[in-house]
Amino acid sequence: MDERKGIAASAVEGTRGILEPFWVTLRQLFRKPITEEYPEFKRTLPERARGRIVLTRSPDGEERCVACQLCSAVCPVSCISMQSAVREDGRRYAEWFRINFGRCIFCGLCEEACPTLAIQLTNDFEMSADAPMQLVHEKDALTVDHGGRHPDYDFYRHAGVAVGREPGSHEDEDAPVNPKSNFP
Amino acid sequence: MTMWLAGFAVLLVKMALVLGVALLGAAYLVLVERKLLGRMQLRYGPNRVGPFGLLQPLADGVKMILKEDLVPQGADRFLFMMVPAVLPLTTLLAFAVVPFGTELTIMGQQVPMVITDLDVGVLFVLSLSSVGVYSLALGGWASNSKYSLLGAVRGVGQMISYELPLGLSLVPVIMLAGSMSLVDIVNAQADMPFIVYQPVAYLLFVLSALVEVKRTPFDLAEAENELQAGFHMEYSGMRFALFFLGEYLNMIFLGAFAALLFLGGWHGPVLPPFAWLLIKTAIMPILLIWIRASLPRLRPDQMMRLCWVWLAPLALLNILATGAVMLLKG
Repeated sequence: MDERKGIAASAVEGTRGILEPFWVTLRQLFRKPITEEYPEFKRTLPERARGRIVLTRSPDGEERCVACQLCSAVCPVSCISMQSAVREDGRRYAEWFRINFGRCIFCGLCEEACPTLAIQLTNDFEMSADAPMQLVHEKDALTVDHGGRHPDYDFYRHAGVAVGREPGSHEDEDAPVNPKSNFP
Repeated sequence: MTMWLAGFAVLLVKMALVLGVALLGAAYLVLVERKLLGRMQLRYGPNRVGPFGLLQPLADGVKMILKEDLVPQGADRFLFMMVPAVLPLTTLLAFAVVPFGTELTIMGQQVPMVITDLDVGVLFVLSLSSVGVYSLALGGWASNSKYSLLGAVRGVGQMISYELPLGLSLVPVIMLAGSMSLVDIVNAQADMPFIVYQPVAYLLFVLSALVEVKRTPFDLAEAENELQAGFHMEYSGMRFALFFLGEYLNMIFLGAFAALLFLGGWHGPVLPPFAWLLIKTAIMPILLIWIRASLPRLRPDQMMRLCWVWLAPLALLNILATGAVMLLKG
């Protein structure tokens, strides 16, 4: 009881305090629920919603992943693992690539770390499974046949070792400099 | 001999009916509570199983039976296994003295709509609610867990304390009716339900009953932030469901009890007696659900103060006042 108020005032205040919540809850009873009933109603997710992880391909249909291990290294829960291999033309690729979605926290750090924009998070979050092992996705399951959010980007046109191309053939790249002609 | 057999058969049928109605009522009360709480929180509540979620109790039952039934390593196995049955058992026994209506005439024989008309019906009910405390105390003890035991101690303290105002609030009703038999008490309310004469006693009864069923704002025995789930923390599967069932049966029974003692029982115009009792019984559980949606939990000391400083003396004063009025009116 508040010392400054009289007993009567405190009693009135206390009674109001007990009775008012009943009016509040009763009022809600006649309002329409705001529930989104999920399987029937699926709301459009924000473009950058972080769901199932995929491995995308460059516009010419090549795998973007060069197995640089950056996503695996940055992953806070260590759910990404891979084995790198080198193609005959000298380009790197992932021999196998594995994500354990049972551990994945969908933080998106792998996507940020990826220099080739290969690994991307999608809006698909419906990926529950009956057994834990079904949550371990291999490269086959992860690889998609499109470029994800960046369909037109091709890493090897902008940077990286020019496998199968002449030096200086990248976009935005100057022609190679002849050091011998470059004396002061 | 034939008469005796027929009487026995009628008794069995009555018992089966009451048992079925009470258990079905408890199962659907859970659904009603979830729906009502949901709507008060602007969501739908269960609506997946069957039309409007009406088969949810069935799904819950299947789930409870299929769940693993754990017995903790250090537990007192025998007590742990037995105790969950105590609460539903005592509550179901209490239904035996509830009169559901006037006497029926079947094949020229008068069949009272009550399993047994005990002369000390009210006392029987109160003693059963005291036995129900055992389920809580032993449940916490048998689990051999500190939190369970603490929850049990708190719960037992609360329940034993509130038996006093609960019992005392019924005394004026017994004085007015001049009998402890629930049938007589209902018959005494043929003209006017006792709530008109005894609003204070009704209020005391509802408050004490609220504590007796250990529901918000008095669910201190299972305060999840300090006791996990109190006395039934270690219970799982069907054993937990039995505690749960007991609580909901208790809600229904207290509704029926309040209806019989204060609201005139099965008396009422137009509708058949049983329907009136059902409607009056429903008031209490709905009220308890509404209270649960509205009020926060009390502190233990606040709850004990309410009992010993306010409710118990008020109940005694109420008895004195009732006695004085009865004496003056002659």
